[in-house]
Amino acid sequence: MDIFIQQVINGLTLGAVYAVVALGYTMVYGIIQLINFAHGEVVMIGAMIAFSVVNLLAGSGLPPIVIVVLATACAVPLCMAVGYTMERVAYRPLRNAPRLAPLITAIGISIILQHLALMIWSRNPLAFPQPVKSVSFHIGEATITNIQLGIIFISVAMMAGLAWMIYRTRLGAAMRATAQNAQVAGLMGIDSDRIIALTFIIGAGLAAVAGVMVATYYGIAHYTMGANLGLKAFCAAVLGGIGNVPGAMLGGVVLGIVEALGAGYIGDLTDLCRWPVVSGWLGERCGPDQHFVLFGSNYQDVFAFMVLIAVLVFRPQGLLGERVGDRA
Amino acid sequence: MAPDALKKHPAALWIGGAMIALALLALPFALAMVGTTWVRITNLAILFILLSLGLNIVVGFAGLLDLGYIAFYAVGAYVYALLASPHFGLHLPFWLVLPIGAAVAAFFGVLLGSPTLKLRGDYLAIVTLGFGEIIRIFLNNLSKPINITNGPQGVSRIDPFSIGSFSFSKPDTFLGLLFSGPIKYYYLLLAVLLVVIVINVRLQDSRIGRAWEAIREDEVAARAMGINTTRMKLLAFAMGASFGGVAGGMFSAIQGFISPESFVLVESVMVLAMVVLGGMGNIWGVILGAVLLSFVPEILRFTVEPFQQTVFGRQVVEPEVIRMLIFGLALVLIMILRPGGLWPSAVRRRELAAGRE
Amino acid sequence: MQPRMNAIALAAVAALTLVACGKEEPPKPAQQAAPAPAAAPAPPPPPPTITVTIGHVAPMTGGIAHLGEDNANGARLAIEQANAAKISIDGKEAKFVIVAEDDQADPKVGTTVAQKLVDAKVAGVVGHLNSGTSIPASSIYSQAGIPVISGSATNPKLTEQGYKTQFRVVGRDDQQGPAIASFLAANNKPKVVAIVDDATAYGEGLANEVEKTLKAAGIKVLPREKGTDKTTDFKAVLTKLKGRNPDAVFYGGMDATGGPMLKQARELGIKAVFAFGDGACTDKMAELAGAAAEGLICSQAGIPPQAASKQFTDGFKTKFGKDPILYSPFTYDAAWLLIESMKKANSPDPAKYLPELAKISHRGATGLIEFDEKGDRKNAEITIFALKGGKVEPIAVVQGGQTMAYNDFLTKLATSAGAVVQQVKDAAASATTAAGDAAKAAADAVKK
Repeated sequence: MDIFIQQVINGLTLGAVYAVVALGYTMVYGIIQLINFAHGEVVMIGAMIAFSVVNLLAGSGLPPIVIVVLATACAVPLCMAVGYTMERVAYRPLRNAPRLAPLITAIGISIILQHLALMIWSRNPLAFPQPVKSVSFHIGEATITNIQLGIIFISVAMMAGLAWMIYRTRLGAAMRATAQNAQVAGLMGIDSDRIIALTFIIGAGLAAVAGVMVATYYGIAHYTMGANLGLKAFCAAVLGGIGNVPGAMLGGVVLGIVEALGAGYIGDLTDLCRWPVVSGWLGERCGPDQHFVLFGSNYQDVFAFMVLIAVLVFRPQGLLGERVGDRA
Repeated sequence: MAPDALKKHPAALWIGGAMIALALLALPFALAMVGTTWVRITNLAILFILLSLGLNIVVGFAGLLDLGYIAFYAVGAYVYALLASPHFGLHLPFWLVLPIGAAVAAFFGVLLGSPTLKLRGDYLAIVTLGFGEIIRIFLNNLSKPINITNGPQGVSRIDPFSIGSFSFSKPDTFLGLLFSGPIKYYYLLLAVLLVVIVINVRLQDSRIGRAWEAIREDEVAARAMGINTTRMKLLAFAMGASFGGVAGGMFSAIQGFISPESFVLVESVMVLAMVVLGGMGNIWGVILGAVLLSFVPEILRFTVEPFQQTVFGRQVVEPEVIRMLIFGLALVLIMILRPGGLWPSAVRRRELAAGRE
Repeated sequence: MQPRMNAIALAAVAALTLVACGKEEPPKPAQQAAPAPAAAPAPPPPPPTITVTIGHVAPMTGGIAHLGEDNANGARLAIEQANAAKISIDGKEAKFVIVAEDDQADPKVGTTVAQKLVDAKVAGVVGHLNSGTSIPASSIYSQAGIPVISGSATNPKLTEQGYKTQFRVVGRDDQQGPAIASFLAANNKPKVVAIVDDATAYGEGLANEVEKTLKAAGIKVLPREKGTDKTTDFKAVLTKLKGRNPDAVFYGGMDATGGPMLKQARELGIKAVFAFGDGACTDKMAELAGAAAEGLICSQAGIPPQAASKQFTDGFKTKFGKDPILYSPFTYDAAWLLIESMKKANSPDPAKYLPELAKISHRGATGLIEFDEKGDRKNAEITIFALKGGKVEPIAVVQGGQTMAYNDFLTKLATSAGAVVQQVKDAAASATTAAGDAAKAAADAVKK
């Protein structure tokens, strides 16, 4: 039972990380129906900037929490600038272009950002200094660290803050209006260009925080780290219903838990030597201490994708997405 | 299209066609003078053209966004590798294995298509992406408990194509010209490419092609017109996949060694970029896109270093980094300047022109 | 308008551009002998030079680009030292040039780059880094007859293909795996061992060898767990292992994934001893895992860098300002092996120096190097390390199935160090005679 609790804790934390990154994807998609493939790279840049700041301040004697806050405070505005530049330079001219053109542009930007990061921070995987000491709390045999709790708390807080902003403020109302129908929103006096730029900026800010979180939690940063994380987070966003803020959170958590439980249990479930009848067929291949595992933890990414596909097959709009009629 | 102009001067068409044909036939020898590596690069480029044409059927003709197309390439490559290498001890001839590879790939295409028929646009993209990754992970892990694909170690010593004693990988001299392995493969690839182009052109103008166009433009209306959208979509996936399968089989034979790391997501994205950049839906545009995106990084590989040396006298930025930076920049710029692709299809051009009014 | 006309024009332009680009490429001759110095009254004429190009291939972009750069630096150091030593080949002073290429760890690119080097008629190649790119490239080098020495590809298949031009200076997975496994079994006496690998050719290959050795020793091995070479979160797999309570865990993979894994394991409260292969046998483990890295054991092929020649370690630090990461001593030796063979055969022509390379006996930064008939290193030493105080320290050396404590190994080395000193003296002597001959030749030329 303790193992199960531990796996759920692992999954929750992993899911919280995915959720924060997914929020950025979902915001941008909600407004302009664009999958911003370069979002993962912005997360990476946030992590790298934080790395530089933390390294700089490591010996300064400031309390660790202050160092992390300062690192975030540096990463966020810089990433926001990156996000804004991306929008102005690469996405705005393509507002009316065929759907796939911004996709290719995003890929180009992703390549550019990765290699700029390579030039600035070198190819080496960067060991992220641990400013905050890890303190473990015990639930039975399972442990949860203060960093994990911090991540879960911060990501819930960010989601709550974002949801509050979108549903309770004028800016949020403007965003929702632009998302529904940009032209009519323009007639109502909303500057859709500005709103879209703001969406990108906020999304990039979220990405920066996510980058700091990821780098602090895992202790490592590398210029290629954005790609895999971005892909998983994008899956999480789609799982929850892309364009839906609570959906991104839910999708992230579900994906994280599925991965953790999958990696933890599918190996045993598909170990044919543990099934009474089948192990008989396998004869001496199932001797003592022998295993015949069909699908082990190496398939943990496959479980995640399969869950995603299964959900989308039965609920094409995602878990919390709205059912949209077939638009031409 | 202006067939009228050409009807007035039919000789121009024949002369132009003959010139292109001659240039293509002589190309490998011209390239080989510079270096056999350029013949290899050309062969890889032709493989990518085949892939792009296959993806063009799915994305360009039928309008189904597929981000996991490289899975079919992988399937074709592995089918060939498993049936023509020491791995299982089978050494079936290529004219038998390639069609099998195409058929298996088509089967996987239908497998991918069936659950996704109701999915729209971006959801379809992510599912196809997931599918591509699933195939790759399976290929990487099917070494235990039973060894099917040999996992990350890959399959090596794959048989090259051979007809009797004529092997495609050994150099031969004929009429005083040296036909090295890559040059022989070039001609074979050119022949296959020609067949594929003809198939594509005929498809586009056929009932099936028009059905796809209808589905792409407005699926509900297409269904209302009596088109069996389910069957057409599955056909698009299957046909696109089969081209990928054939290309994969040839890739296996040419390289002699395959492993799952050649079939990662980045490759799917690259093929999609070739299709979109070239001009989605337009066969010639897609070919252009594939040629450019295959050759430009290689040309950069050869020219970036000498360029830096002559202009700056020393290396300012590492060549590998600069190559990728220029490549990314090129993608962004081309899309901004010509969002329909470099050579958009007639339909797309009309759409974009209308949009600008 | 007239798309067909456009197509024709495009095709013509494309063909022309290709050929033009190719011609614009500056000619890269591999051998370019300067003419003999003309008679000059006052200054002695410069000795004739011969340019020898050596290729190096490794991934310079991507996940393990830092190792690629390290490899390239090792080869570069050797080239620089060789140039400084003014080696004479075929009566001319040899000027070595390195051509470094990026294969992106992608087999497709690896074959393209290999062909590029073959077309450029390089005299020899140091590389590639990954087994996955070395294997397909080896057939291209073999067809062209160009010797290639890998400093880091450990997959046994590389030298099982029967190519006479393929060599490697690093031990194979089926040498390293048994070494670390038997050390672990003898030293820590675990009853239950868990094995995790990163699903790459290297990681899985090594893990398979370790599993075989442990099972042969009668130790219970848990079902294999896997990550990927990009995994950062191992908690799920580690939690599962924690439930099985292994005494030891072996991880086949690199430090970029091994470090976070170890850190997370200790966070979860796993007390097992962790063992790694050479991919994770770096000081970076201490950086990434912090205090959790203390006490890990790992293996490296070859003798430890601490025992490596000072010529290498000092030279590396001076030239590049950083410490060698992992395989640079091997690429350094590989480059020197090529150079030494050319010197012995007195020619940079691969056909001439290949036989010398096959039977060479050279003491390099990683110890004494000799090749067997497959091209593998004979009697490859495997060093076992433990991480103490933030640094990996050698504790034992395994050679030919025999394990000896590190201090014993050092003693053995010291007695054969006398042989090294003699080698250096001989080299110096031959250099002086060569200089004397050159001076005499110059003087004769002047007299004419």
